[in-house]
Amino acid sequence: MASTTKVPPHTPIAPDLTSDGERVIGSKLRVQSKTTAVGVAHNALPAETGIWVAVAAISMSFASLISALIVRQGVAPDWLHFQLPRILYLNTGILLASSVTLEICRRGFDRRPEFSGKESGNDEAASCAFLWLCATMALGLFFVLGQVMAWRDLAAKGLFLSSSPSSSFFYVLTALHGLHLLGGVAGLAYVLYRLWPGAGLQQRRVLGVASVYWHFMDGLWIFLLVILASRK
Amino acid sequence: MSSPEPAVHHHGPPQGFIRKHIFSLDHKVIGKQYYGLALVAVLAGLILSWLMRIHLGWQNAPIPGLGKLSPTGAPGNVMTPDYYLSLMTMHATLMVFFVLTTAPFAAFGNYLLPIQIGAEDMAFPRFNMMSFWVTFVSFIVLILSFFVGDGPPLAGWTSYAPLSSIGGIAGPGQGTGQTLWAISIAIFCVGQLLGSLNFITTTLDLRTKGMSLARMPLSTWGWFVTSVIGLLAFAALLPACILLILDRTAGTSFFSSAGLVVNDQVLPHSGGSPLLWQHLFWFFGHPEVYIAILPGFGIISTILPAFARKRILSSRAVIGCMVSIGFLSYMVWGHHMFVSGMNPFSAVLFSVPTLIITIPATIVVLLWLGTLYGARMRYTSAALFCIGFVSVFITGGLSGFFLAQPSLDTYLHATYFVVAHFHFVMALAAMFGIFAGTYFWFPKMFGRMMNETMGKWHFWLTFIGVYCVFMPMHYLGLAGNVRRYAAFTDNYLAPLIPLHRFISIAAFFVGAAQLIFFFNLFWSRFWGPKATDNPWEATTLEWSTTSPPPFDNFGGRHLVVYHGPEEYGVDSDTLEYVMQTSPQQIKTVSGE
Repeated sequence: MASTTKVPPHTPIAPDLTSDGERVIGSKLRVQSKTTAVGVAHNALPAETGIWVAVAAISMSFASLISALIVRQGVAPDWLHFQLPRILYLNTGILLASSVTLEICRRGFDRRPEFSGKESGNDEAASCAFLWLCATMALGLFFVLGQVMAWRDLAAKGLFLSSSPSSSFFYVLTALHGLHLLGGVAGLAYVLYRLWPGAGLQQRRVLGVASVYWHFMDGLWIFLLVILASRK
Repeated sequence: MSSPEPAVHHHGPPQGFIRKHIFSLDHKVIGKQYYGLALVAVLAGLILSWLMRIHLGWQNAPIPGLGKLSPTGAPGNVMTPDYYLSLMTMHATLMVFFVLTTAPFAAFGNYLLPIQIGAEDMAFPRFNMMSFWVTFVSFIVLILSFFVGDGPPLAGWTSYAPLSSIGGIAGPGQGTGQTLWAISIAIFCVGQLLGSLNFITTTLDLRTKGMSLARMPLSTWGWFVTSVIGLLAFAALLPACILLILDRTAGTSFFSSAGLVVNDQVLPHSGGSPLLWQHLFWFFGHPEVYIAILPGFGIISTILPAFARKRILSSRAVIGCMVSIGFLSYMVWGHHMFVSGMNPFSAVLFSVPTLIITIPATIVVLLWLGTLYGARMRYTSAALFCIGFVSVFITGGLSGFFLAQPSLDTYLHATYFVVAHFHFVMALAAMFGIFAGTYFWFPKMFGRMMNETMGKWHFWLTFIGVYCVFMPMHYLGLAGNVRRYAAFTDNYLAPLIPLHRFISIAAFFVGAAQLIFFFNLFWSRFWGPKATDNPWEATTLEWSTTSPPPFDNFGGRHLVVYHGPEEYGVDSDTLEYVMQTSPQQIKTVSGE
């Protein structure tokens, strides 16, 4: 809070009436504070809004790709149908599990003394939450590793990026989703590194922001899998 | 953290030069950086348009020095047709992306949006800094294409496939140049996505007490709606660019169709869809038009009342129109593709919303005109450019009615009629908005006044000049003059060459008139008279702080807003005004 501490927040301050606003109006109109103040929540954490904006943008990008996929499959007979690597289904399980572990982490976090209102006790829960967060990140990395194995599986069958539009879209969609998921891992790492030691309400909310993104990535993957499986 | 202090400004005032002026987190510095980038880009784009106009007026005229820039593109200083297309592509790309998107939206928006809503900074200052620098990198990558391989791409700013997707075999500049173009635009998308994310979140979360959505200045509304459009539009273009890059570098066939024989060579691509690129591109491209113009809508709607000294006729109607334009802008992209081979039925489907979108645009124009009616105008340079904006927007909008009909567009498509249309309605209107904004906010941004005499000369020369440049293009288009031709050798085009020469001379004239603006800008920056806090007697929050504002915008004060943004002429005799921060009650005068 640079230089903002002098004035108590939200004290209505007499506006600059040094301009002719005061001279003329002041004499004609009664100076009377009347406002239907629509206060904006000033304890808002911008990231809590921003994450949904980001979710909208990412959804749009993938919608754009999916519509391109549907159009591209329809325009030419060169769409090569292939069996999806089976590891994808294992990966799906891993990713779903990571969402579960993240939720367990959040609940453990909420049981900490400063939130549960209890005097003592749940430091154990806190350290458990810490471990569950690490587990989430590990599962995320396992998922990406699994995706790489899926690519190797396809490549072993001779299906490369440029082999067929179906494989092109497969690689592009899984790669972009994987990159976004790695971004999610980085986000969780940020939560872990910057926020964990002195965790308070603000930190709890940042964890909430990260988990919105994480669950979105989870849902996005299910959606992509359905598309890829039905259009393979 | 239960204190109600705003959760912004985690960063204090920076100390070192680099943190202060280069990698700054301050939205005001970032806004100025965007403005500077736009100035460089507009100068480059202007020079390119001059080179093109020289070539169009005098086919074989040597242009001194051009051969040095590109030995292959201009042997003996005479431009080849290919190089003409390259310059045209770069002119359009620079202007659309790096001027019309960055200046009215990113530059003014960054500088003013937080101040106008009473915030200390953007919601994510770090993303904001990244947004500018990513855009800067994208600019450098684009400019690099002048100096590699065969020069810049020649596929136009729309980069239609397969010309853009099959690589260097398609022509000079289609090798490395086109790849750099695609990479540059992809990077640009990232920068604008970060910017839009910031704009939206800041507007939603960081408004000061009393600043309801309805009390936001219309300029803020303009930037807000634009950022929503930009978020979705650039999010759609980014994957399209990635697919284009893959087609070019990884041998995929997203857009490159099968069986292409180019320069006696059979290409290996299988069944890609060139039309798919057009759909993806224009799904971004048409909203992009509104990304360029909606900030102008907001800027004009904010500046005009300040000089007309009366409220805009209905600010809620303006807001409604901007929102509906933003919404409809996603449903009309196909009107760029009437002759693309798309199903004629879908042409009708796109024609109807195109005509519908003119309704909110017309309403806004009528509201501006109605605001002017009976106003005792203060004819400052900014006010003149506002009126000029309305003029060129109407002129460009009218030709849009013709182009919106598939049957008429079949004839007019890709002629100079279209060139006239989009220059008036998008390019010129947005430029006039930029000029109006510059003359209006310069005192706030730099603490000094611009010279009004030079400003008025600049306005009149520009205003008359651009009509001389673009009005005859309607006639050229009706006469069948196809755009993107580097030379007019056909019999039916030869008689049009004198008109092209007239346009060229007018273009040199308009370009030269901009030197007045550049001189005024730099001269006033250092030697202009000092500006007071509120030189225009305007009401919005930026005029409640010093010129230029302190680092945290309001010197530690948290403003409270009591009024809407345009309480002008509250007493019809004195044309008096009430600041948004003024706690005074306003008596409603009957008949207002």
